[in-house]
Amino acid sequence: MSRAYLTFKYAFIAVWASFVAGPFVWALTTSFKDANGVQGGATYLPWVDYKPTTRGWQDIFGGEGGVNVIQPFLNSLQITVLASAISLVLGSLAAYGLSRYTYRIGRMKNADIVFFFVSQRIMPPIVLVIPFFFLLQFAGLLDSIPGLVIVTVALLLPIAVWVMVDFFNNIPREIDEMAMLDGCHPFAAFVRTILPNSLPGITVAAMFCAVFGWNDFFFAFRLTFTEVQTLPQAVVALNSSIPPWWTLSAASLFGISPLVLLAVWVERYLSRGNLAGAVR
Amino acid sequence: MTLTARGLTLSVEGVDHLRDITLDLRPGRIYTVIGRTLAGKSSLLRVLAGLQRVDAGTLTQDGTDLLQVPVWRRDTAMVYQQFINYPHLNVFDNVAFPLRRAKLSGEQVRLRATESLAKVGLSDFHARKPSQLSGGQQQRVALARALARRCKTLLLDEPLVNLDYKLREQLREEFRELFSGVGDSVVVYTTTETTEAMMLGDEVIVMHEGRIVQTGTPAEVFDAPATTTVAQIINEPPMNIIPGTVTGGRMRLNDLGAVDLPAHLAGLPDGPCQFGLRATDLSLSSSEGLRGDVTFVEISGSETFVHVVIADIPMVVQLEGIHDVSLGDAVLVTIRSDRLFAFSAQGDLLVAPSEQGGR
Repeated sequence: MSRAYLTFKYAFIAVWASFVAGPFVWALTTSFKDANGVQGGATYLPWVDYKPTTRGWQDIFGGEGGVNVIQPFLNSLQITVLASAISLVLGSLAAYGLSRYTYRIGRMKNADIVFFFVSQRIMPPIVLVIPFFFLLQFAGLLDSIPGLVIVTVALLLPIAVWVMVDFFNNIPREIDEMAMLDGCHPFAAFVRTILPNSLPGITVAAMFCAVFGWNDFFFAFRLTFTEVQTLPQAVVALNSSIPPWWTLSAASLFGISPLVLLAVWVERYLSRGNLAGAVR
Repeated sequence: MTLTARGLTLSVEGVDHLRDITLDLRPGRIYTVIGRTLAGKSSLLRVLAGLQRVDAGTLTQDGTDLLQVPVWRRDTAMVYQQFINYPHLNVFDNVAFPLRRAKLSGEQVRLRATESLAKVGLSDFHARKPSQLSGGQQQRVALARALARRCKTLLLDEPLVNLDYKLREQLREEFRELFSGVGDSVVVYTTTETTEAMMLGDEVIVMHEGRIVQTGTPAEVFDAPATTTVAQIINEPPMNIIPGTVTGGRMRLNDLGAVDLPAHLAGLPDGPCQFGLRATDLSLSSSEGLRGDVTFVEISGSETFVHVVIADIPMVVQLEGIHDVSLGDAVLVTIRSDRLFAFSAQGDLLVAPSEQGGR
């Protein structure tokens, strides 16, 4: 490795990293500023460039003139966790079926059915939101957490199925067969041998579900009014004619934090190494 | 406890995998199924295991119609040619898995799993994950799991094919020992290798294109192969088959000159037929014999296999030791005519040479 190459490599990585991390650093510093600190142009060093204050952070936890993000946070948490859990359970069962058995719906075979699932996400959300509105209205679930959970499951399920079909396809069928020969009913074979060996796949699917569920703004915005507010809605609601940048930054960072923590925690389950040695 | 198959037939997408398989597999005996790749060996095992439905036929054991019993209630163990173990469980738990599924007591599970792992020589590896073992060890785990269950039926689908030569020989030796302890199980073992089939089998079942073409003890099948196909499958290298004719007590090999029939073939009727000769019954001579051209030479170390073409017929000559023959050489080949097999023009055995220390 030549010196020039190494220099270039690390310079490139540094530029890219600052490009990615920049907005977060910017939001972090802004969240500790007040009106004076923001208006004077770009400032970066606390106590040198500007005088740090925790006003923005106080505002989002019920401080005067701000919003309380605790309730929206809990709403988002409930919706994300419930919808992800339901999607993972239904999705893994559907994916296992699609991976191991042969189906035919009209002219559609397994691969087409899987694609049909994914195609649900190709449609622009605006097309879906109107029927969802009427369905929830019909069921009396507009502006409620159960209503949003159902809609979110509909959004997450295709992703969960798609990710996991691919993963199950990579686990040799002989393992299921062996489990059945060893006395497992097909469902027990799935739970006892396939699921434990799919942890990385389930983790990826869960991660996708959590991210999409947590970040959904559009459907929550259209399908709720006054009773239920999710965290993205609460953040956007701060966007008045003269936005309080410090509060907005604090709320954004607060909104991102669960996903960041989740990503760090989940990383260890992402290795595929466990499956090596299943088959030669 | 005899496992009885009658008329098992299976075709998948127009390809026949099993054709009219009829078998009686008795407990306590080891059956080796030998056949070339795609002969239907694996299909047969999958049907016996219940992993594959059949189009027609019956399969019974102890008066039970096994085709109505789902896999998980079959009491059948199987060892695959790939080394299939549960990757998330350690070696001990892998072996204990079926025992726990069978609701054995914790003590029983521990005893049986430990005993079984000791048998296959993995006592020191209980806590390892399969991925931390060599290929041979992984296959031993699979074997230990199958043995620990003490099933009515033990199926092995070319268990050694993915191992290297040395390990294969070693495990093959151990199998004899291991199988001698399986008591009243039916053991079915598929292989493409003559030596494996001969060494391990109490009975050899020869399959070809989905059919059973011959069953018998290793000696019976080896000494009197029912057809030219069996003769080729059961001999390694495959038996040389030479078309010929018989006229008035003389035989003619292909378009070579006519000679008197050897004594053991004296009764052969006139007409076209085929002659079979093992590679060991041909030899090279410096002075006399049939002229042939060498097309290929393999030296295994203790033996030399010389592939020659004699009057347009490819043949293999197996010689002891290393011989200095090279490609393109013209050689003289002598045949032991007292060792000739005679088959009909259709390939059915007419006369086999009397067995005098033949093997």
